[in-house]
Amino acid sequence: MKKNMDDVRFWPGNIVVAEAAVAAGCNFFGGYPITPSSEVAAHMALLLPKVGGHFIQMEDEMAAMGTVIGASLAGAKSLTATSGPGFSLKLENLGFGYIVEAPCVVVNVMRGGPSTGLPTQPAQADVMQARWGTHGDHPTIALTPAFHQEIYMETIRAFNLAEQFRMPVILLLDEVLGHLSEGVIPPKPGSFEIINRTKTTASPEDYVPYDTSEGDVPPFAPYFAGYRWHTTGLNHDRTGFPTTDPDTVTFDEKRLMRKVTGNRELIDKVEYFQADDAEIGIFAFGSTARAAMVAVKQARAKGIKAGLMRPLTIWPFPNNQVLAFSKQVKTIIVPEMNLGQIVYEVERSVHSDMPIHRINRVGGVPINPSEILAGIEEAA
Amino acid sequence: MIIREPNKATVNILGKDHSGPSGGHLACQGCGGALSLRMALKAIGNRCIFVIPACCMAVIDGPFPVSSLGVPLMHIAFGATAPTATGIKAGLTTQGDNETLVVAWAGDGATFDIGLGAVSAAADRNDDYLYVCYDNEAYMNTGIQQSGATPKAAWTTTTPNKKPKTSIKKDIISIMAAHRIPYIATASPSHPDDFLRKFQKAKEIKGFRFLHVFAPCPPGQRFEEKNTVKVARNAVESRVFPLLEIENGEKLTLTDIPDPIPIKEYLELQNRFAHFKNEDIEAFEKNIEKRWQELSEWNRKQT
Repeated sequence: MKKNMDDVRFWPGNIVVAEAAVAAGCNFFGGYPITPSSEVAAHMALLLPKVGGHFIQMEDEMAAMGTVIGASLAGAKSLTATSGPGFSLKLENLGFGYIVEAPCVVVNVMRGGPSTGLPTQPAQADVMQARWGTHGDHPTIALTPAFHQEIYMETIRAFNLAEQFRMPVILLLDEVLGHLSEGVIPPKPGSFEIINRTKTTASPEDYVPYDTSEGDVPPFAPYFAGYRWHTTGLNHDRTGFPTTDPDTVTFDEKRLMRKVTGNRELIDKVEYFQADDAEIGIFAFGSTARAAMVAVKQARAKGIKAGLMRPLTIWPFPNNQVLAFSKQVKTIIVPEMNLGQIVYEVERSVHSDMPIHRINRVGGVPINPSEILAGIEEAA
Repeated sequence: MIIREPNKATVNILGKDHSGPSGGHLACQGCGGALSLRMALKAIGNRCIFVIPACCMAVIDGPFPVSSLGVPLMHIAFGATAPTATGIKAGLTTQGDNETLVVAWAGDGATFDIGLGAVSAAADRNDDYLYVCYDNEAYMNTGIQQSGATPKAAWTTTTPNKKPKTSIKKDIISIMAAHRIPYIATASPSHPDDFLRKFQKAKEIKGFRFLHVFAPCPPGQRFEEKNTVKVARNAVESRVFPLLEIENGEKLTLTDIPDPIPIKEYLELQNRFAHFKNEDIEAFEKNIEKRWQELSEWNRKQT
């Protein structure tokens, strides 16, 4: 189909996130300045007043996460954006979001670390922190788009998953994606699905805040609508009030995990590129997947059958899909902008002694296609 | 404009050799923060350790050997300025060093917002170091986002013109005065006599000392680089940025500006106020006048 150039927007990834969030119905942003994510906040400050939404710049990262959860509980679709150090500060409140089951979206535009690290340069070193950063057992949904059109659609999907499963959803970008400008065609309103949280049908008298009789995702009652709802970061029973009863706590923690593990078909998303007949497999996400795609083309031009698997949902990790991929290829190469993180998930998904090759880079420079091509040629 | 004879002591201090920040540092042209840092170092000498969080200054002074502050310097996490300085002071004390001056040097975001609780706690403990807030009235390093120090209705990237900042600049001096710490002062690089004297005085005092330095920022406040000192001077001489000292939270010494210049002469230099209509200017003036009256009243009561 021929593109109508009037429909194309040439946006940096951070602007794409803000535009898509508003398209998804986001009407609240609470944030704090941090490179390389600040453009998301600045653009939301421009967009939200026009759609009757609300933008607040908070006094720090913890406050930003707190206000996003507060807005969510009061019924808003809320967003915050940050980068590594800010994500670290947000983590306790993120855990609160999981236990009270507050739908919201957290964008982490990853930069070099640890600590202040490389504020203006890319990394993919928060991928494990996204899964395991906040303490205690909890489910995680994290999305890793690689192209700007995908950033648009995955931002919408992040809101949809947050609303559907009543939980925070993390959108993992990196500095390259956040600052790189690329053409995007925003889909027409109404042409994509928007999911809103399930509201309770019970009367205020009969309402049970964490009622799981209809499924693992309890229906939502907004604040100030006549319903009683005790919100707490303590483990609680179905009434929302704290409990230390081992069986109740165990049941509830398992239910929280089951919201994700029991709905994989609705959450998982993996893309393949020239993978059908591939002998050398590559597993890559985010901006590294873009380089991998070029490397696959270059390898094919040299007669090497390389193919790419790239997760759009990185958490929960696509263990079964990686296992199936591993049965088809001779080896898997895992390039990532860190010293080796997601490779552990690939290794434990592969039920054989298949060699898994690592290509790692830190230091703020993206992995380029020639490095991945060299890895492919070495493995071939 | 008040023209004074150059003060000999000031000329001597400013003219002496100094170690940093050395040439080649990464500040933007006309940086009021870098100017203030240089003057402060000349006033307090080299027997000091600087503690600097994520802020412009973490970028400006750091790229050794291209540039160096010339004194020991710790870059630390955002919001952790005060506790890290407390730790450094404690570490020096346990090793018998009671001479080295610990200087926390943080921007307005780190002081007014993310680090405020920590600054309050250090003041509450009366930790023995010098805390300097160099205030450029927004998060300039991350791209001009509003902070608690941003004046009401000023433009920033997160308070675009049609949605300007709705609250007035946080009154950090009153907040700190409420802690009854030994010494609070404001200083402006446009007034070097006063600036140097206050830093030298602060150096000799024991306990928690808080210096609030006005640090104009050409790219963030949207003015020509050549006007940094003019912006700072007009802020003082229009009473926008009062020069004062407060000892033990009680004794105020206010530098009187008997014949202030119109505030408009401060505002019109900076494009962050370019959208101001007459009523915005009047509202701005009203806030400044109110604060000045409060300070004058306080000053009058004790004399």
